[in-house]
Amino acid sequence: MLNAMMIDGKDNVAVAIEPITKGETVTYLCDGEEKQLTARADITIYHKLAVRKIAAGEPVVKYGEHIGVAMCDIEVGDHVHVHNVEGHRENLEEKE
Amino acid sequence: MTFYGYKRPDGRVGVRNKVLILPASVCASDTARIIAQQVEGAVTFNNQLGCSQVASDQQYTMDVMAGYAANPNVYGTVVVSLGCENCQMDLVVKAIQERTNKPIEQVIIQEVGGTLKAVDIGVRYAKAMVADASLLQKEEFPMSELIIGTECGGSDPTSGLAANVLIGEMSDRIVAEGGTSILSETTEFIGAEHILARRAATPEVHDRIFEIVHRYEKALQLVGEEVREGNPSPGNKAGGITTLEEKSLGCIHKGGHTPVNAVYDYAKQVEAHQGLVIMDTPGNDPSSVAAMVAGGAQVIVFSSGRGTPTGNPLAPVIKITGNRITFAKMEDNIDVDASPIIYGGDLKKLGDDFMKLVSEVASGRQTKAEALGFTEMAIARVCNFV
Repeated sequence: MLNAMMIDGKDNVAVAIEPITKGETVTYLCDGEEKQLTARADITIYHKLAVRKIAAGEPVVKYGEHIGVAMCDIEVGDHVHVHNVEGHRENLEEKE
Repeated sequence: MTFYGYKRPDGRVGVRNKVLILPASVCASDTARIIAQQVEGAVTFNNQLGCSQVASDQQYTMDVMAGYAANPNVYGTVVVSLGCENCQMDLVVKAIQERTNKPIEQVIIQEVGGTLKAVDIGVRYAKAMVADASLLQKEEFPMSELIIGTECGGSDPTSGLAANVLIGEMSDRIVAEGGTSILSETTEFIGAEHILARRAATPEVHDRIFEIVHRYEKALQLVGEEVREGNPSPGNKAGGITTLEEKSLGCIHKGGHTPVNAVYDYAKQVEAHQGLVIMDTPGNDPSSVAAMVAGGAQVIVFSSGRGTPTGNPLAPVIKITGNRITFAKMEDNIDVDASPIIYGGDLKKLGDDFMKLVSEVASGRQTKAEALGFTEMAIARVCNFV
């Protein structure tokens, strides 16, 4: 059963759509293909977890867009939230 | 698709038929409240402003007042002023008449001899207006007559996954029907403004989208503040939203997929039949909703992950959540459960049902916020009083 949702193929996080406990298998679709990983923490429903390793300073990607920057190295299956991500104002006019 | 509404003398179509007791300033608000309480069918709001404001700040207040009187859900307006406030009666009446030719009456408390006399006169004006309004018969109109305001408040990650996706589907359909859909909340474009700008119908609209976002950020920086201080809110974060950019990327789903045809300043009158437009409003819900209603929105569609009670004095507010837990907990406040979108539901079918609800609400079906009598609202500010 799917218990997480990856919104865009470029994302490095997925959203828990069921409550997930540490050690539980996380199942989600990536571009239509079912993928699995192991949760490294309890994930509250609708919170995010990493589906790819994100090094400190790298962008966190959701909806295919940057939502912030990793403040430390984030491992696959980690809870991704305010403790390890901070907002970062980008110049989006240049990005176009 | 059609709905049953009220034709106004200015050609617009209302979905409710109210008489507005409009306080021109904070000093007339209690008197306006007493008048409205006496007359079934009359509505008012607590205007905390209307005096001691610099010009740009007063303009927001004037635009909300004039826009409220002109909103097609209003049959006519009784303006109540104290007499000495900055928002002088003649200025308010002129601003209203620039937007509409609907019935208007005036009561100036200091001129008529105090509160009790003002209440007496105001109640008689309101009673007569309600009687006239009650004779109006509903007629059938196409959905293209609707201006729908979209809002999100108390967001959580389900807003971007489901509720705002369903609102976006509705927005696309309203646009296809020939109506107008308003995307609001400039602070919640931050980090997503480039996506909206790509959808601008003209280079002018493209530049305006960046301009309103940068203007908003700079206005806060001028007083030494940062938009991120209170946004995302504690509730947004508890729900799982980490950054303002994440919140924004979920927020803009409300605008669906059609081109952005115009950008309006706060509370300015919006044109009907214009497709998707943006209004520059705060992320604060009651003041953003008030601006869209002042712009002429007859119906507000409002998503909430955490669950909010927000209503409006003039426009029905349809509440929608993508969070199944919130829907179960706050069903008394929330009209629509959009959570099936997350769990494999059919967006087309949910869109059909939602459009039917919008048409029913436009035809008179009470929303949950209306049934509870919720009318709270606010008006945006530029700066402190003088």
